[in-house]
Amino acid sequence: MEKMVFEETELRLGLPGNNKKKNNEKKRGFSETESETESDENNNSDETSNTTVDLLLNLSSPKKEANKNNNNGVVAENHSSPNSNKEKNLLPSDPAKPPAKAQVVGWPPVRSYRKNMFAVQKSSTEESQKNEKNNNNGNGNGSFVKVSMDGAPYLRKVDLKNYNSYPQLSDALGKMFSSFTIGSCESEGMKDFFMNERALMDLLNNSDYVPTYEDKDGDWMLVGDVPWEMFVESCKRLRIMKGKEAIGLAPRAMEKCKNRS
Amino acid sequence: MKKAAYSFPEEVLEHVFSFIVSDKDRSSISLVCKSWYEIERWCRRKVFVGNCYAVSPPILIKRFPELRSVTLKGKPHFADFNLVPEGWGGFACPWIRAMAGAYPWLEEIRLKRMVVSDESLEIIAKSFRNFKVLVLSSCEGFTTEGLAAIAANCRNLRELDLRESEVEDLSGRWLSDFPDSYTSLESLNISCLGNEVNLLALERLVSRCPNLKTLRLNRAVPLDRLPNLLRGAPQLAELGTGAYTSEMRPDVFSNLAEAFAGCKQLKTLSGFWDVLPSYLPAVYPICSQLISLNLSYATVQSPDLIKLVSRCEKLQKLWVLDYIEDDGLEVLAASCKDLRELRVFPSDPFGLEPNVALTEQGLVSVSEGCPKLQSVLYFCRQMSNAALNTIARNRPNLTRFRLCIIEPRSPDYLTLQPLDDGFGAIVEHCKDLRRLSLSGLLTDRVFGYIGTYGKKLEMLSVAFAGDSDLGLHHVLSGCDNLRKLEIRDCPFGDKALLANAAKLETMRSLWMSSCSVSFGACKVLGQKMPRLNVEVMDESGPPDSRPESSPVEKLYVYRTVAGPRLDMPGFVWTMDDNSALRIS
Repeated sequence: MEKMVFEETELRLGLPGNNKKKNNEKKRGFSETESETESDENNNSDETSNTTVDLLLNLSSPKKEANKNNNNGVVAENHSSPNSNKEKNLLPSDPAKPPAKAQVVGWPPVRSYRKNMFAVQKSSTEESQKNEKNNNNGNGNGSFVKVSMDGAPYLRKVDLKNYNSYPQLSDALGKMFSSFTIGSCESEGMKDFFMNERALMDLLNNSDYVPTYEDKDGDWMLVGDVPWEMFVESCKRLRIMKGKEAIGLAPRAMEKCKNRS
Repeated sequence: MKKAAYSFPEEVLEHVFSFIVSDKDRSSISLVCKSWYEIERWCRRKVFVGNCYAVSPPILIKRFPELRSVTLKGKPHFADFNLVPEGWGGFACPWIRAMAGAYPWLEEIRLKRMVVSDESLEIIAKSFRNFKVLVLSSCEGFTTEGLAAIAANCRNLRELDLRESEVEDLSGRWLSDFPDSYTSLESLNISCLGNEVNLLALERLVSRCPNLKTLRLNRAVPLDRLPNLLRGAPQLAELGTGAYTSEMRPDVFSNLAEAFAGCKQLKTLSGFWDVLPSYLPAVYPICSQLISLNLSYATVQSPDLIKLVSRCEKLQKLWVLDYIEDDGLEVLAASCKDLRELRVFPSDPFGLEPNVALTEQGLVSVSEGCPKLQSVLYFCRQMSNAALNTIARNRPNLTRFRLCIIEPRSPDYLTLQPLDDGFGAIVEHCKDLRRLSLSGLLTDRVFGYIGTYGKKLEMLSVAFAGDSDLGLHHVLSGCDNLRKLEIRDCPFGDKALLANAAKLETMRSLWMSSCSVSFGACKVLGQKMPRLNVEVMDESGPPDSRPESSPVEKLYVYRTVAGPRLDMPGFVWTMDDNSALRIS
């Protein structure tokens, strides 16, 4: 109805003889857009219109089928579907896979400096991920580190990502090495080491065993000084030392801090 | 004229006028009568020119002889997305040369999307003795040599802000050109620079400027140098970090956390390139005082983002990547009740499949939970009319709503219908909406809604939408306050444009690219409307080498009192009175 009113007003300033309807002025219904290949005379938009029309609304894709059936407007189900079968992928899709569509100029409207920044970051993130893999303790996704205890005949390995805190780790280690200690009191004492980060220094004087770790720099540090997450990131191996040997550690750690800042 | 009109001495009027700062009000004053016009123009100190080609340097200088602050904008907004070819225009040089002669006491120059040369920067450095503020936003054409001239000569410089400009970074040495005696820096933004600046010089500069409130570093500043910088400026209110990563070292962490904790006034954070998540907790001590957080470069997962954002109860502005996901936005909605502005950028804009669990639901959550939300920029891959409806009803106080559904012409994913009704609900309920960007599958109907309800709308961005000229006609005839209209890849043609030619004089500018406007219509428009510059861009050759009915590649129409511009490159033609093409 509105269309009729518009034509009635006869506001025409067009050049004479220019009244022929162009095909792109036809009202395009939804279904038409699917199959129509826009034959614009507009040179520049050729690639843009063709590619975007081609990609429209692929109704046969499973995702869209599922969505069609969910007309009750329950969003939750749909919202989980894009990711349900996928691993969470921090990085954009693998650049080695060829993109299935030609990119439209200037779409999506992301500013070039943002795209550039991101591209550089992505490659450097990939780099550092690769490096981590190589430098790490030969693990894939876990954080397995070797654990040695002075006097124990063989080493163990733990996945630090299995624990969320020092007490949890200490429990696990205590159980692991309890068979090697002479008396049960020693293994119990070891549990105490991890419980209170500050109490570690006190415990140095009281117990025989001290938990230490080698960090990424190759330095031997006292377990418990830093937040748990940071410890997991930097720990390469664990060593449960006899107390006497560990006494020199703490001052060395302090020195290291001083030199760095 | 009655004698009463002259009973107020000029000085009194001038004094009264000095309290009127808004451009609109100043303009109103100047229209009261001739004497007020005269008084006003002599005491105007600040001018904003939204389109540098709408007026010319001589016209500006003639009317306002005593300016202290000038803001100029050059290229159209779509230049941000590579739609404006290189060399199009927006040259700052003629302006700067003219102002150097006319305004020796000029203090502030702010340029956006303009081409600035080193020569221009040198002129600025040498011509204005009391120069205080230089803001180059999304500019290009200069190098660090130009910056060196500014640093060496502007003794009273307070603000140097290069936000998002493209600078040819020849060397970081320029920073050392600030003399040791220079201490008046209040704001420094070098985040766009690619190379490392001289870190020692930076540290010394920062620590000797007691009024430094804003410091935005570039990516090349390593994280372990940040604590020193922060200690040199504990009064900082706004900080942009450099790269936010380092080898995992507990001493670096604790140093950093301590330094952050020492900045009691720090309210704004940005930067965060290359984030190593374990370093994010260093910021926790100041989260409760943050009002603005830009994490749009932080490639960290939702759990880490959640931990950070949930601590920022005073947050008003958040820019973030879509890694935050719907879950994170739900936490945001629950934690940050003061949120005014949210921008969610795409981490993988060109990927075919979604790489993150971010949908329309995230935006709905925020619209529900954040009562002060006014400004939204949201990239996502699916949307529904129902969601848009909910958002509109939740947040009628929205003033800026920019939605980008990544795939062009995406329908409502639930009903497979166009998103006309959803956007219609937005314009209907958000009565103060000033800026709107559309996306998804849209017919002429949505433009009917916009024309009917979008009475306060000032800027509209349209892409891959509409069916016919009717759509464009609705907007041009209905939106009373429309200033900027930018359209790409829509089937809008001659009729609506020519029928609403007069409207174009009430707007700043109209951009149409990959539409159906014929060359003939452009010529007619140019001939009929002498106060409009009708510029046709065509990189494939002169438009008159094709039939008149051929659509033009790009059309840029803007009102002007300066006549056709003379600095057009070879691919821009202006349609003017002579109806012959003028190629400059």
